[in-house]
Amino acid sequence: MAQETPLWEVFIRPRNGLSHKHVGSLHAADEVLALQAARDVYTRRGEGVSIWVVPSRAITASDPDHAAETFEPTADKIYRHPSFYDIPDDVGHM
Amino acid sequence: MPALFDAVLELADDHLILGHRLSEWCGHAPMLEEDLALPNMALDLIGTARTLYDYAAQLEGKGRSEDDLAFLRVEREYRNLLICERPNGDFAQTMLRQLYFAAFMEPYWAAAVDSPDAVIRGVAGKAMKEMAYHVRHAGEWVIRLGDGTEDSAARMQAAVAELHRFTGEIFEESAASAALVAEGVLPARAGMRPAWDRVIGMIFAEAMLEAPEVPYPQTGGRRGLHGEHLGHLLAEMQYLQRAYPGATW
Repeated sequence: MAQETPLWEVFIRPRNGLSHKHVGSLHAADEVLALQAARDVYTRRGEGVSIWVVPSRAITASDPDHAAETFEPTADKIYRHPSFYDIPDDVGHM
Repeated sequence: MPALFDAVLELADDHLILGHRLSEWCGHAPMLEEDLALPNMALDLIGTARTLYDYAAQLEGKGRSEDDLAFLRVEREYRNLLICERPNGDFAQTMLRQLYFAAFMEPYWAAAVDSPDAVIRGVAGKAMKEMAYHVRHAGEWVIRLGDGTEDSAARMQAAVAELHRFTGEIFEESAASAALVAEGVLPARAGMRPAWDRVIGMIFAEAMLEAPEVPYPQTGGRRGLHGEHLGHLLAEMQYLQRAYPGATW
């Protein structure tokens, strides 16, 4: 089954105004059945208002072996976090 | 109102028996995704059955509960359509049975949302959406199996040959339901024929299937005349209530 039936990644938008979020994956023969399976597997408890399915093979992932050069150089660049500004009280919460 | 009690019970029995049939797939479906989809659909049907049994019990007013009606009657007292009790067979047969039933119930409930009966209206509003999904889900599978591999096409054709003779009964009116159609409480079953023919025709065209001639239409469920399979279903479904009367959870 798994060898013949393609794998799909499922993204659900929990409510309007939020973005679609990855929730898991499933097997389905094509995009129509993948959407139906996503509905049945991932939205049984009212989890969402919109579903995307994407063929897993369409996703290009970063290589975990390259994690050191990909992600670690940002660790000491705290000035990239916009937390050094004085914000007037009148502006309120940002 | 004995006619309303009978007519509500007929609808409740259709939904309970077909729901129980679908639930038999739980843990046995060909893939995990369908192992969730089939019980989902079963729960839609059983949910509708519960509301209807509860209503029937109130109408009867003899102190019977929804559980008494669902679990403590004998075979001849069940009024479900024969197609609802047909065995699951293979996946093709299960999906076709679901399509035949849901393609009728979707327009039926859609027509019943204007019923003067508040309970019927309430059930209809919820169930028509559920049935629309069942048509889509079962329909897509019928198309893919019918127009699929040599094996799946042969199984789908066999399912049509097996089940089509039970479809005529879906459009028949019992004495009770006919009385309620006359009062405008329930929609006329025959009125769903064009919608059913259109949906089945579209799906069959895509699935490369043909509706066969039916020389001997099968009917009798509304009069309690069932096939030999219903007794086995009831034996399993009623076992707990028979062995431990009044058991709850």
